Amino acid sequence: MSTLALKRVRRHPAVPRAKRMLGRALIYAALLFWTFICLFPIYWTVTTSFKSAVDVTQAHLIPWVDFQPDWKGWRSLGLSPDTLFGTSTARAEFTSRFVNSIITSVGASLLALILGSLAAYGLSRFRYKFAWMRNDDILFFFMSQLILPPVVLALPFLVLYKALALLDTRFGLILLYTLSVLPIVIWIMRDQFNAIPIELDEAAFVDGLSTWGAFLRIILPLAVPGMVAAFILSLVLCWNEYFFAALLTSTDAKTLPVIVASQTGSQGINWWSMAALSTAAIAPLVLVGIFLERYIVSGLTTGAGK
Amino acid sequence: MQNSAPVTDDLHHQPAVARAPARRKTVGRALVALASLGFLLVLLVQILHTTGATAAGFSDWRPILIAYLIWAVAFAIAQVLIRGERGQRALFLLPAVFFTIAVVIFPTIFGIYIASLDWNLSSVEGPRFSGFDNLVGMFNDTYYWNALGNMCFYAVAVLGEYAIAFGLALLLSAEIRARKFFRIVFLLPMMLSPVAVSWMIGKSLLEFRFGPAATLARYLGWENPAFFASPWMARLSIQAMDAWVSIPFIMIILLAGLQAMPREVQEAAKVDGANGWQSFRHVTFPIMLPVSITVLIIRIIFKLKLADIVINVTAGGPGGATDTVSSFIYRVYRDRSNVGYGTALAMVYLALIIVLLTLLLRLSKRWTQKVI
Repeated sequence: MSTLALKRVRRHPAVPRAKRMLGRALIYAALLFWTFICLFPIYWTVTTSFKSAVDVTQAHLIPWVDFQPDWKGWRSLGLSPDTLFGTSTARAEFTSRFVNSIITSVGASLLALILGSLAAYGLSRFRYKFAWMRNDDILFFFMSQLILPPVVLALPFLVLYKALALLDTRFGLILLYTLSVLPIVIWIMRDQFNAIPIELDEAAFVDGLSTWGAFLRIILPLAVPGMVAAFILSLVLCWNEYFFAALLTSTDAKTLPVIVASQTGSQGINWWSMAALSTAAIAPLVLVGIFLERYIVSGLTTGAGK
Repeated sequence: MQNSAPVTDDLHHQPAVARAPARRKTVGRALVALASLGFLLVLLVQILHTTGATAAGFSDWRPILIAYLIWAVAFAIAQVLIRGERGQRALFLLPAVFFTIAVVIFPTIFGIYIASLDWNLSSVEGPRFSGFDNLVGMFNDTYYWNALGNMCFYAVAVLGEYAIAFGLALLLSAEIRARKFFRIVFLLPMMLSPVAVSWMIGKSLLEFRFGPAATLARYLGWENPAFFASPWMARLSIQAMDAWVSIPFIMIILLAGLQAMPREVQEAAKVDGANGWQSFRHVTFPIMLPVSITVLIIRIIFKLKLADIVINVTAGGPGGATDTVSSFIYRVYRDRSNVGYGTALAMVYLALIIVLLTLLLRLSKRWTQKVI
């Protein structure tokens, strides 16, 4: 497929072996260079969480060779082996933020998945007419929310949530996160439902199922791959969200990015504890990226090949 | 809500009727009327209570939210009653529509109202109507215009991200070993939260005393590697960080496009004797143009929301050189608690974005059609 393959085959029918090897070597050099760019910041963060002050200032890089790893950063979070079973206010704080992050991102992703799948199924199967709006207009109406920058909604929401007593609650965050991922879920799910032949719906009607029966019992189980992709993508986006969380939470509902950010701001913070905190904050998503990469890619590339 | 139970029972007895009988229609209409009446009543009570006209009322506005929910449910049930099968179909769309109206449309309209107020949340005196004062203030606010200028830079920089991402996509679609490994690794930066990246790269890797990047720069001969001291260097550093996070997204989509490309086209180019660059220039690139434009537009949309990294690494500094509109408004609120002014700025920004994107979409449509 690649342009390089073309070069080899056509222009120089008998490419010298050396030249071909050079081409290969260049490709792998580029790949390895970018691998380094992608992984070094992560490597740096993880190793720094095991460093002491001297190792940080002298820019030691390789554990056991350059420096002796120590649980320093993790001890300050209360997550090192020796402090794990003791009481630790830092750990309690961290755990509660972690739980907040999980609840808000899972809650919002689920809500968006439910609302989005229903709307996507409707848009893929039926013809609607709301006033002047047809299906395409309705889809555009949902998708157009993607362009809305968070700042536009942030301050009105601050005022509204104050009146609704939803400031600093997880439920309030869930609502906002749902709205920010809903267009993406609708986009992915509509594509998924379009890929399922409409004959299946018709067969279900013939068998005496109602519209909703056909949807719930026949179509929905077939759409599971798309739902997983949409769910994981939403999860990633919600987990990393910072702007709304920073404005709308103060004590109870703070999420992980908010405490990472608040620690970053303070000057005297130790690098090792900051590194440990960052590592803990990115670890779940690095794992998701490694093991569920397939779903993320399929979610992102919906409709790209057309 | 009491009448909802028998109503749903009715549904189960006769599913999928094309035209609902007249009696059910009446019940449906009555339900909508009743629910609307109840909602308006609650709203009225609360408005009167807040303005101080009556003592009865709720301590906060949360009952309004519940009343809206109940109204939405009643409306949905009534749709099924009134329009039968068509109502059932509408039921798929209604939850998302009601949700969107409640959390997007209403707050946006409310925001336009706030934008006309002089409202400092931390001061004791409440909102004061000020008409277009905020807009006038905006025109004299050089920091805001500066932030808009920076946004232009950041938006144009998307082209650079695109070039790198295209290169990476080509590399990944070449015949290589361990493709899956490279794909996962190249994808990883996208998974990380921008806030963590701010620390990992902005605050520690690029730290000018003992960050490894600074050490490397010194080794390469840059005397005083301060990545955030001069305006242009700071802007570039922020852009580099954002690129690091977002290149994977562009790359994945381009890669999908490359893989969906028909093989025959490539082979035809081969037969015609095109070399690597020629076949890229005349075959691959034009075929990829629609995908490219789509991904560029999506990327620009997301770029216009850039805030997290700027807030956490430079807080807009030095002297507003790295400010984005979002981070600037965030500081306007954090420092001055001025909701009215901040919202006015955001609304103008939204209007600009809508104009820009409409133009962009028009333009790109014409352009892609010409090529294909």
